[in-house]
Amino acid sequence: MRPLSAGPRAPVSDLAQGFAEALRLLGRGDPELWSIILRTLAISGAATLLAMVAGVPLGYALARGSFRGRTMLLALVNTGMGMPPVVVGLIVWLLLTRSGPFGGLDLIYTRRAMVLAQFLIATPLVIGFTAASVQALPPQLPDLLTSLGANRLRTLSILSREAKLGLLAAVMAGFGAIVSEVGASMTVGGNLRGSTRVLTTAIVTETSRGNLPVALALGLVLLLLAFLVNLGLTVLQQRRAR
Amino acid sequence: MLWAHTPLPVAAQQPRDLILATTTSTQDSGLLDSILPVFFDQTRIRVKVIAVGTGAALEMARRGDADAVLVHAPAAERKYVDAGDLVEGRLVMHNDFLIVGPAADPAGIRGLADPARALARIARTGPFIARGDGSGTEKKELELWNRAGVDPATVAHREETGQGMGATLLVAEQRQGYTLTDRATYLALGARLTLVPLVEGAPSLLNVYHAYVVNPSRHPGVRLPEARAFVAFMVAPATQRLIRDFGRARFGQPLFYPDAGKDEAALGRPASSRERSGAGVR
Repeated sequence: MRPLSAGPRAPVSDLAQGFAEALRLLGRGDPELWSIILRTLAISGAATLLAMVAGVPLGYALARGSFRGRTMLLALVNTGMGMPPVVVGLIVWLLLTRSGPFGGLDLIYTRRAMVLAQFLIATPLVIGFTAASVQALPPQLPDLLTSLGANRLRTLSILSREAKLGLLAAVMAGFGAIVSEVGASMTVGGNLRGSTRVLTTAIVTETSRGNLPVALALGLVLLLLAFLVNLGLTVLQQRRAR
Repeated sequence: MLWAHTPLPVAAQQPRDLILATTTSTQDSGLLDSILPVFFDQTRIRVKVIAVGTGAALEMARRGDADAVLVHAPAAERKYVDAGDLVEGRLVMHNDFLIVGPAADPAGIRGLADPARALARIARTGPFIARGDGSGTEKKELELWNRAGVDPATVAHREETGQGMGATLLVAEQRQGYTLTDRATYLALGARLTLVPLVEGAPSLLNVYHAYVVNPSRHPGVRLPEARAFVAFMVAPATQRLIRDFGRARFGQPLFYPDAGKDEAALGRPASSRERSGAGVR
């Protein structure tokens, strides 16, 4: 992003400049900004999708299952929901870095490494929200479905539909957590221009370069992005909601 | 500057890349953003720039987590060279460190020739905003405290940000405190700062950058051809001209002085202070 020329120093005018800069960058179709936006969506979107694939069945199993250690697992998941992303980032970095156990995979400082870290951050959230929403359903529902001849997959899909409110809340919580996260993305992605720089890490870069209006503009774009995604999901969630 | 990363319709050649561990100043000043596209055009090698501060960059070299480093703490570098982690080092460029502070200069250091004396005075008044992140700039700062005979831990108004140079300058600006900065980052933050250079030009404030290849015989994962190509690129005459001209138009003065092939001992006094007279000029 083009650095701004010397601007006034007052924070208030920085804010105004930030808004103006955001509109200008978006309106002008700044190619670097757009590629950062699309990259951010692709990485966090992929991580959210994977977290749903892994987290929904696990959340269901935790909610419905009766096995030893279930309460302990739920407690672990609930802890994981508050796991600091920067810690996840550090652990993934140590695993993937050249000298780490999986260094040979050459994944460090790639988008795939970012997806992995974000997946690990989002999955506990998805499990937790899924478990809570499934537990809110009538407990006899699965048995009823089974007695009506539904197999496990079918049962899960019907229950998912019934738990739609909760599941979409899980998507929003997962996506919201990772799209706004900076610590892990910075550590495992390396904030590489044109390859792993996403909105949050670009904000850090522009801030440390003193391009505060540009940093603020990126922040506004991030908020707008999060709003649009959540708007879409909320519309989906509330449609036909009883 | 917006360098378009033109995707290349290149024939089957596997995209190559290397990990460069470097200091925040080369990134925050925008230097790497401006020269690395040229490297890519010449070699089709993508450089993954990890800007972490010199201490962390050297540590990445020791672990074999990087292929090349571009750093600015010669005394610290020597240890890694002696230990065999860094090889094929080349002198790339220099600029200088400045002690900047509020124009009112409550500690009264303006124009002092000896930066260590300036720090001794700042110790009495503060505030001094330090990096505290193991960077090359912090190593220089600690060296200066040491020469001033002051234990930085005992300085009441010394605060550590734990962040890069740009972020630290912004904190110092808000606190209206003193800090030690490299000239490039200070100039790059330009209009954002009211802090002025108060002490500059001393030989001990020279800020020298070297590029190294991480030793492939110690770390077999190192991408030797790519790392060598990068170091060679940094000292190539055309690149050295790019370094010389970088930021001149925008800041009215160079941010870095190319030094490839020069005798390091002869750098003695930073050229910047020869060209510019007196402190406090922005």
